[in-house]
Amino acid sequence: MASKSKESSYSVAEMISKNSGKSLNRSVEKSIPWILFAIAGVSVLTTIGIVFTLIFETFTFFSRVSVFEFITGTEWFPFSIQNPSYGILPLISGTLKITGIAVVVAVPIGLASAIYLSEYATDRSRRFIKPILEVLAGIPTIVFGFFALTFVTPLLESFIPSLTIFNALSPGIVVGIMIIPMIASLSEDAMSSVPNSIREGAQALGATKLEVALKVVLPAAVSGIVASIVLAISRAIGETMIVTVAAGASPNLSWNVTDSIQTMTAYIVQVSTGDAGYGTTIYYSIYAVGFTLFLFTLGMNLLAQYISKRFREEY
Amino acid sequence: MKYINQENVLRKMSSRLMVNSVFKGLFFLATLFGLVVLSVLLYRVFTQGIGYLDLQFLQSVGSRFPEKAGIYAAFMGTIWLMFVVVIVSFILAVGTAIYLEEYAKQNKINKFIKVNISNLAGVPSVVFGLLGLTIFARAFALGQSVLAAGLTMSLLILPVIIVAAQEAIRSVPRELRDASYGMGATKWQTITRVVLPAAIPGILTGSILAFSRAIGETAPLVVIGVPTILLFTPGSILDTFTALPMQIYDWTKRPQADFHDVAAAGIIILLGLLLIMNSIAVLIRNKFQKRY
Repeated sequence: MASKSKESSYSVAEMISKNSGKSLNRSVEKSIPWILFAIAGVSVLTTIGIVFTLIFETFTFFSRVSVFEFITGTEWFPFSIQNPSYGILPLISGTLKITGIAVVVAVPIGLASAIYLSEYATDRSRRFIKPILEVLAGIPTIVFGFFALTFVTPLLESFIPSLTIFNALSPGIVVGIMIIPMIASLSEDAMSSVPNSIREGAQALGATKLEVALKVVLPAAVSGIVASIVLAISRAIGETMIVTVAAGASPNLSWNVTDSIQTMTAYIVQVSTGDAGYGTTIYYSIYAVGFTLFLFTLGMNLLAQYISKRFREEY
Repeated sequence: MKYINQENVLRKMSSRLMVNSVFKGLFFLATLFGLVVLSVLLYRVFTQGIGYLDLQFLQSVGSRFPEKAGIYAAFMGTIWLMFVVVIVSFILAVGTAIYLEEYAKQNKINKFIKVNISNLAGVPSVVFGLLGLTIFARAFALGQSVLAAGLTMSLLILPVIIVAAQEAIRSVPRELRDASYGMGATKWQTITRVVLPAAIPGILTGSILAFSRAIGETAPLVVIGVPTILLFTPGSILDTFTALPMQIYDWTKRPQADFHDVAAAGIIILLGLLLIMNSIAVLIRNKFQKRY
């Protein structure tokens, strides 16, 4: 017993001398930051790689198709043999249609959930409900696509007989369901960070819980809430598998949500699974579409960052 | 001077309280909506897929006939894919997080790296697919191999793990580091022997959630050109492969209704795998959750 305790106790001086003897030599200690810096650089290289490939291949595309036609053209028929046309507006309109429907579904439900969780729910029910919403957020999008095609579309068909199998409505609703947890949880974070003293002040003046929530907490948390909605829109724009499976592949500019449409992401998938050979104009067109998609989502993400920084309320 | 009319206030108060409780009910219903959709989705998938979920389904590969189709090749492909993703993304993400939290000074380069990571998190997965197709599949000539897809997926989930690892490392208290330095340890010794062991549960929890996202991601695989019908399993990371979400996607878009049931059976397997991984993450979080 005595010898054991002697073994496990050193004087500090002993430890330092022992450590200096076996420590990795100084050159390793000095090179570690540089190795880690190189590893951290991979994420920057990834961004450079994405931007570079998109710009480079899009450039090749624009050497064959005029930029003007691409931006202003109202017809997207790349597979037409005699007269292929590359006007991206139908793909953008399809994407915006899906996004619009998703926002109409997700913003009211997501915000209402956030208000319930932060203002009304007890601690216990919040701890029960939040993880389940997280499970919803973790469902793979291909599963949501399957759900849209085999459940939501037939369900909608019984209300709207003119609905085609592939339409904008059903995947739009399901994309909305997909982004509900994002809006709910980010908005709840923003609303929960509003200090209780402000709520109590309003209640002391005789406000009901609803009035506190809508007239005090919501305005105070508005930057976080708007940022969460913008991020969710960005996610909806970039969503791929739900629209690929359930929205069809007919790019058109109509406002009818019961028709089949095509989004930017779904077009990229369509070409990737087809047999457009390497080097064809169709092959390069997916980069031009991808670049447009990238600019859309990048713009939204920067906007969300700007909003949450610029309008943040400090307490 | 006007005094408060008590009667008036009381009359208004009751209607205001009623509006309050009506809206409370509405907000509660909205919260329930997510839970209801989740249960409908799970119920549909299970009742639809359970008929095809048998030993034969687990042991066979893709087929033109729904009753002969199976998940084996896709399941093994997913395991191979995760092998690459786990190793590559974990090393890259933890290295980056250590650099940013322990070494990086507040200068422009490091600020740029941080901004870059948060922007990268918002890039759609299909765009990562274009990156993988151009750089890994074509420029590096890796084709539709496990390695090409694994590298693409790793970059896709990199930002998520970096942020989780940064938070875990940040939550290790200063006192532990100071004590380590006080004992004469060098910076790297402190990081590997004190900071990382304390942060590893947090890092693992975040990573497993990111890995489970990678398991379900389909879009990058489709864009890289990963095949859906494959009659063999990969023997090395340079072999072509197929994965669970690809197989489900293939079955989903077939016109025959029978294949939709097969897809549902595949989804049960995929969700089962995700459930196991999420449970492991929760277990780690609960077991090692320490407050300093």
